[in-house]
Formats: sequence, C-alpha cells, structure tokens
Amino acid sequence: MNALQFLTWVRGPGLNIAIGIFMLGVLWRLLEIYSLGRRKDLSAPRRTAGASGLHTVFRRSLPAPGMLKYSPVSYTAGYLFHIGLVLIVFLFAPHILLIQNAIGLSWPGLPSRFVDMITVVTMAAMVAVLVDRINKAPKRFLSTFEDWFAWTVTFLPVLTGWLAVQHLLLPYPTMLALHILSVEILLIVLPFTKLFHAFTLFGSRWYNGQVNGHKGVPV
Amino acid sequence: MQGSLIDTLARQGVTRRAFLKYCATLASMMALPPAAGRAMAEAMAAAKRPSVIWLPFQECTGCTESITRSHSPTIEGMIFDMISLDYQETLMAAAGHQAEAARLDAMQDNAGKYLLIVDGSVPLGLDGAYSCIGGRSNVEMLKEAAQGAAAIVAVGTCAAFGGIPKANPNPTGAVPVSDIVKDRPIVNIPGCPPIPVVMTGVLAHYLTFGSLPELDDKKRPKSFFGETIHDRCYRRPFYDQGKFARTFDDEGARQGWCLFELGCKGPVTHNACATVKWNGGTSWPVESGHGCLGCSEPDFWDGGGFYKALSVPADPLKFVAASSVVGAGVGAAVGFANRASKNAARSAHETTTLADLEK
Repeated sequence: MNALQFLTWVRGPGLNIAIGIFMLGVLWRLLEIYSLGRRKDLSAPRRTAGASGLHTVFRRSLPAPGMLKYSPVSYTAGYLFHIGLVLIVFLFAPHILLIQNAIGLSWPGLPSRFVDMITVVTMAAMVAVLVDRINKAPKRFLSTFEDWFAWTVTFLPVLTGWLAVQHLLLPYPTMLALHILSVEILLIVLPFTKLFHAFTLFGSRWYNGQVNGHKGVPV
Repeated sequence: MQGSLIDTLARQGVTRRAFLKYCATLASMMALPPAAGRAMAEAMAAAKRPSVIWLPFQECTGCTESITRSHSPTIEGMIFDMISLDYQETLMAAAGHQAEAARLDAMQDNAGKYLLIVDGSVPLGLDGAYSCIGGRSNVEMLKEAAQGAAAIVAVGTCAAFGGIPKANPNPTGAVPVSDIVKDRPIVNIPGCPPIPVVMTGVLAHYLTFGSLPELDDKKRPKSFFGETIHDRCYRRPFYDQGKFARTFDDEGARQGWCLFELGCKGPVTHNACATVKWNGGTSWPVESGHGCLGCSEPDFWDGGGFYKALSVPADPLKFVAASSVVGAGVGAAVGFANRASKNAARSAHETTTLADLEK
C-alpha cells in the first residue's frame, strides 16, 4: 500500500467506519447514562440563592477558592488547550470545508496563520499538563493507563495536523493520511473512554447542582 | 486463412524487419528482457492461429471500438486478424443463428484450447434476464464458454470489475467475470476503454509463452498496471513543487500545473496511459487538461466524484444512519438491562427488623 492508497483508505472506508463507531458509541453511552434515572426526592426543596443546576454548570468552570494558586498549570494550561482545540477543530478553514462537505453547514473560519499560532499554543499547553501530571506526585499516583492514553490520542491529531500543514517530517499526503487516521482513532475511542466528558460534562454538572440545590447547598 | 503468422504477414506485405521491431517494442513495453523480443517473434511467427471467442455482455462496445478503430490499420490490428476470431458479434459477418452456430462449433473444435475474451459485466438479477443473446442469459453463456476455455481475458472495467452497470445502485445485479468463473485462469484488462496495445500485448504474450503474463492482486498484467498514472505523469514535477490548477481556466491550468485539486485520481490509478498514451501516442486525458478518472480501478464510478480532490472525504456519513440505529438500540437495551437489575435488587432486598437483630 503506497501513501496515496493509504490516504484513499483513511478518507474513504476508514473515515466511514470511524464516524459510524463514533455515532454508535455516543448514542449508546448517552442513552445508557440518561436512562439510569434516580428515585424521586420526596423531601420539600430548600431554596437557597445560587443553588441550582444551571449555577453549578458555570461555577464548576471557575477554580475553587485557593486552587488556582495550588495548581496553576491545571487551570491555565487546561483552559488554553481546551479552548485551542475547539478553535482548531471548528474554525480552521479546511475543517469547515470538510463539515460542509459532509452535512452542508458552513461558517466563516479564522485565518490559517492565526490557527497555526493557536495550534502551537495548544500543543505547548498539552505538553505542560502532561509534564505537570508527571512531576506532581499525587497526580502521577492517581493516573492510570487511560489518562496517558487519552492524552496521547488527543495530542496526536493536533501534532500530525500541524506537521501536515507545515509540510514537515513526511510528504504531505502521508502526513495528511496519518492526521486523518489519528482523528479516526480519537473518534473511535472517544465514546468509550473518559474523553466522553465532551458530551457528559454539562449534564453531570447540572445533575449535581440540581441534587444539591434541592438540599439547599450551592456547590 | 491457414498457415503460420509470418507467412500471412508476408502475404500482406509486412516485412520481417517490421515484425521484429513490433515484437521488440511489445516486449520492452511489457518490461520483458531484450531477448524476449526475439523469442516472441519466433513463437508468434510459428504460431498457429488460436481460436478466440469474444463474448459481449452488458457493455457499450467501447472496448471493441478501442481495440479495432484506434489501431487499424497498424500492425497490431493485423496481428489481431491473425488470431482466429471465431465469434465477435460486432465484427463477424454472420448474424443470428449462424453466429451462434459458429460459436458452438469453435467451442467444440477447440475444447480446452480456445481463448475466451469477455467484455461487459454479467447481470445476475431476474435470473440474468437483463441481458440475453439468442434467448440465453449472459451468465449461462459465460459458464458454458468458460468450461472449455484455456484462459479468460476480461476486457474493460465492466468485465474486470463490474464497471458502470455495477455502479450504485446496480439495478441489474451486475458482477464481474471473476465473480462467476473461479476455476479458469483470468486476466483482467480494465479501462474504460482499455488501451489497445495492452489488449494486444496480453494476447501476444499468450501466443508467445502459452501462458498469461504476471498479474497483480487485481489480476491485471503487472507490465501495464504496475505503476500509477501519478508516478509516470509528466505533470508530476508540479505536484512535487505544490503548483496546482484550482479551476479549469485559471493561470495554473494554462501553465499545465498538477490537476490533483481538480480531482485527478492519477495517484491511486494503475494504468499505462501516461507512458503509452492514446490515439497512436497523440495525447492522453491529463495532457488534454483533465484529471484522471481512475477508470482502470474497481468501482471508479462510486469513488466520490470525479472532481473531488483525493484529500476530501468521499462519503463520510455512509454508515451514520445504520450505526445511529444500532447505537440507540444498544443504549436502550443496556438501559432496560440496568433497570431490570435495579428492580431485581429492590425486590430481593430484605428488610431487617429489630427482632432480626436480637436473634
């Protein structure tokens, strides 16, 4: 298989399979999680200002008191790379073309040079959180294989995409094929690992806020 | 016409020198060693004309047009006369029952020795009723003719891979020859149409060595289908420099830059167009300013659009509907299973009373 046959496979059958498994997994996990249900709380709700699902969704996005000073890398680098990922995935012109090609929706993108800069910042931030995870004993002890794996499959698409755009290391078709392949791996594992927080994040925050709000405790 | 090929050629005014030159050219084109040219000439000169039966199925006659018109009256066209073409609907003088009788006679007289050429795909829908000759379905005729054939040459993309009749949604249930015949050597010469010299080259190889040339994994002769259009394309330097035509009338198109972004399938297409060219070496699609369609590859009609660049996904949402249904189904099933185990746990729960604790 030469580079272009490889590219043809990843942009054809490979992508079909990856998107298929991704959709299957997302619907499966969402239905499974939301159909779990909880028994109705029969106690009278205690209304306290600031205690509700919606409040918790926002409040949990902010560092808890003292935490920013205690773990600055987690917050700053964490914020940077998450925002970076969203911008790269949804505002890079070739990605928008791809989405338009698939579902017909399109929107204006950011200049390529700017996205390029964001990509470098994103990769630096991801490396920073990785180093932080290795350097800090509690984080290192709490880390399992899944944590390292999730970091790797998230980092590879960014790295290979940047290398492809910059025409570095390997010929463009090969690097592009590797980029698409890494995205396919990410799509396949996303629903079945902790990366699924992309879908459950706000739902679970709302749920916790709702339960605690009922008890009158803002969290 | 009886006797050896060289006698026949001499009668037609072809010199021995011209014949040797032709054989040497053919040998070099098929990437055979130089000595093979002479071997070819000797073998072909002495060869008795083998019987060839050409069966046309779901086809457009483009393959026949290609092999006859574009090379007539060159020496290749004459070589083709030199085989005993016992059945070819378009070219034969006989018609109707006479033609069918000629086919059956040739099959009987040369059982186990004749070469079977097939162009067109074979429809399997409605018991093969979509395409019949003399009241008999193509699939029936193919099975019958394949039994006594020494080898089968599937000419054109339809016979080799199903071609346009097999294109989505394939209303006639068309399949390639290799889906039906499993116990005979098959060589595929795909192309829409195939390059004439590729067809005659394979026949010459068969006449010379009594066997079919070396084939790739798709049963195509490696000598003609061993390299991609892209690898031998004269516009390749522009690709390597990143110079692309972006529309058919921009500066890049006028400068003859690479057609990759206009959907050229050259990088994934194995054929000899870039080296052999068409119409006696006049030109070929990329030279005329249009990207390669990939006509010698399986399912090229369903490759996601002729004008879509290779880097753009072909059909990314192909399985989304099916996988969504499966995903929702699995999710609902797991949900019900969770509820069932929760209910089972609840009903199995035993209440502990004060009396129990005092036991």
